Amino acid sequence: MFDWKWDFTIEILPRLLDATVNTLIAAGLGYLIALIVGLIFALAQRTPLRSVTFIVRELVEFVRSTPLVLQIFFVFYVGPQIGIRLSPWTAGMIAIGLHYASYLSEVYRAGLDSVPKGQWEACSALNLSVRRTYAKIIIPQAIPAVIPGFGNYLIGIFKDTPLLSVIGVMELFQAANSIGAETYRFLEPYTLVGLIFLVISLPTAMFIRRFEDWVRGALGMKKLYAKD
Amino acid sequence: MLTYFEFIQEYFPALLKGTVVTLEQTALGILVAVLVAVTMASMKMAPFFAIRWFGIAYIEVFRGTSLLVQMYWIFFVLPLFGITLEKFTAGFLAVGLNLGAYGAELVRGGIQAVPRGQYEAAVALGFSPFTRMRRIIFPQALLKMLPPWGNLLIELLKATALVALISVTDLMFMSKQINSTTFMSAQAFGTALIIYYIIARLIVTPGMRGLENRLARKLSIG
Amino acid sequence: MEEQHFPLSLEGDDVPMVRFMGVTKRYGDLTVLDALDLDVADNETIAIIGPSGSGKTTVLRMLMVLETIDEGIIYVDGKPLTHMEKNGRLVRASSSYIRRMRSNIGMVFQQFNLFPHMTALENCMEAPVQVLGMSRDEARQRAGDLLEMVGLEDKMDQYPARLSGGQQQRVAIARALAMRPKIMLFDEVTSALDPELVGEVTNVIRKLTDEHSLTMIMVTHQMGFAREISDRICFFYEGKIAEQGPPDQLFDNPHNERTAAFLSAVNEAD
Repeated sequence: MFDWKWDFTIEILPRLLDATVNTLIAAGLGYLIALIVGLIFALAQRTPLRSVTFIVRELVEFVRSTPLVLQIFFVFYVGPQIGIRLSPWTAGMIAIGLHYASYLSEVYRAGLDSVPKGQWEACSALNLSVRRTYAKIIIPQAIPAVIPGFGNYLIGIFKDTPLLSVIGVMELFQAANSIGAETYRFLEPYTLVGLIFLVISLPTAMFIRRFEDWVRGALGMKKLYAKD
Repeated sequence: MLTYFEFIQEYFPALLKGTVVTLEQTALGILVAVLVAVTMASMKMAPFFAIRWFGIAYIEVFRGTSLLVQMYWIFFVLPLFGITLEKFTAGFLAVGLNLGAYGAELVRGGIQAVPRGQYEAAVALGFSPFTRMRRIIFPQALLKMLPPWGNLLIELLKATALVALISVTDLMFMSKQINSTTFMSAQAFGTALIIYYIIARLIVTPGMRGLENRLARKLSIG
Repeated sequence: MEEQHFPLSLEGDDVPMVRFMGVTKRYGDLTVLDALDLDVADNETIAIIGPSGSGKTTVLRMLMVLETIDEGIIYVDGKPLTHMEKNGRLVRASSSYIRRMRSNIGMVFQQFNLFPHMTALENCMEAPVQVLGMSRDEARQRAGDLLEMVGLEDKMDQYPARLSGGQQQRVAIARALAMRPKIMLFDEVTSALDPELVGEVTNVIRKLTDEHSLTMIMVTHQMGFAREISDRICFFYEGKIAEQGPPDQLFDNPHNERTAAFLSAVNEAD
């Protein structure tokens, strides 16, 4: 390659790999928040309280329709304005967690909706309790429908972690920025960052596809969905 | 301290200017994304291995890495190869190239969702592959893929906020600048969030729905 | 090459409109057509009957070249269809050659497959304009005549979604005829219809056999209709013709026990 310096590459690689660990932690933590808050958002929209449903629905719409990078700035800078000082990590996790919670709440919702109405009716006809209905009938059938969504957003949150660099979280991309600022070399750090992302996200995507097939097979649902 | 009303009076022109740039970036980004999506989907479905391989590689690389990384690469690394782009161009180009990779999968999905019988009827009537695609398959696929494209365009609008990080003076950039001069963070970023929301819900979504209805009427299906 | 022993073209006084020679089609381990030989004369109407999975529909799909051929060759009007001549030898036909040869053949599908984004008239005009290069006026004239022939002159500007199954299938017949084929293929064209709509479609096909000089091959489950309009019935069993003959002989006095068993099962079901 044109001006590619291998010794420089080897020199910066450990630093980038260290930062990759931070990126993975950020993605994992953010995803965990998103999974929990997303479930709360989804269930809140199924309560009989119309006002709660409405407010959560609008909140989810709002978060989904506005840029994550702006939300990160908002959370980070508005905190001090009202007297709460958040570290970059805390602010970043809140912003990215909430952002993806709004996506995941839609996945939860779609999963529950994907189970045919007849299944609910059959449960009522068999006099199953609500708990049993969810645990034994509805959720097992909803799982295959949600895995692709959960998987895509897991990779999505991973690829959005570079946005945390805007408030100074020292993840992979920020590490590359620092190297660039110190050495005035951009080719190697930014290319390596791209490659590291690729090396992690491609196998993960493949794994999620396999996992989805496996779950369908394990639940004996292969035929049921094969035509989609 | 300014009241919110005074804040808006003072900084409305700057935010408006940024909004215009955001809309320009979005429009140009859509243009690039649509071109890329159709090209790459066609390549991925091509009968020749090398072409198909290129399509797959493009889609996987652009979907497998971060837009921000791609944008920095285009803006900071491409000049080392003798390709220097202005920040404005680098911005919408990166956004379009990235979202186009996602769009390519939507195009492919839409085409594959057209029932097989439609291909067979077109084959039986002797259409050439190109005419078959242009007259029979694509119009039907287009209608099927418009709803997911509506979501993708919202993603694209949001993605343009990243161009601020290479100093394109869009809405995001302006709100950041106002924040750093006034320290009125809630007002500066909050107003920008609301403007993005309005663009998404009052321009992009209804626009796509209108397009869908018009196309459905024109094709008289759905 | 394996195809060497097949003639480059069929010559003589009695060249059939369609000839299958040793045609084999497999899907994996499953042999759907097993070295099939079948001649269909010009202007002849034949009906293919048989249990499901016997390869009936595959015959039509091979003739329309919707499937690739594993062994053997098909001739249409004396010329090879699945193969073409190159330097005095037969090689696999190119897609443009197949497209040219296909223009001799029209096909009507079980599921109609009308183009949903075009009116009945546009469905019938599209291929003549795009494929034959006909002017729109001429194509409209021809499409109009054909839709009138199938009794849909008042539905020309309707979209398929607005038409009943029977009407859609009649449009599909008109659409295929608009290409002026020599051969018409009917693939279980009444199977997807409600019983009360079957008659309007069979009437159109009956009219075609009476008034037009077409070679017709139909796959059907309607024994009565097959018997009434066909010159010959072919009974398929496991990818082969188990028995063929004039309708009266085959229905009243089948020689093959498979045919007899199939016919009695069908009669019982009715």
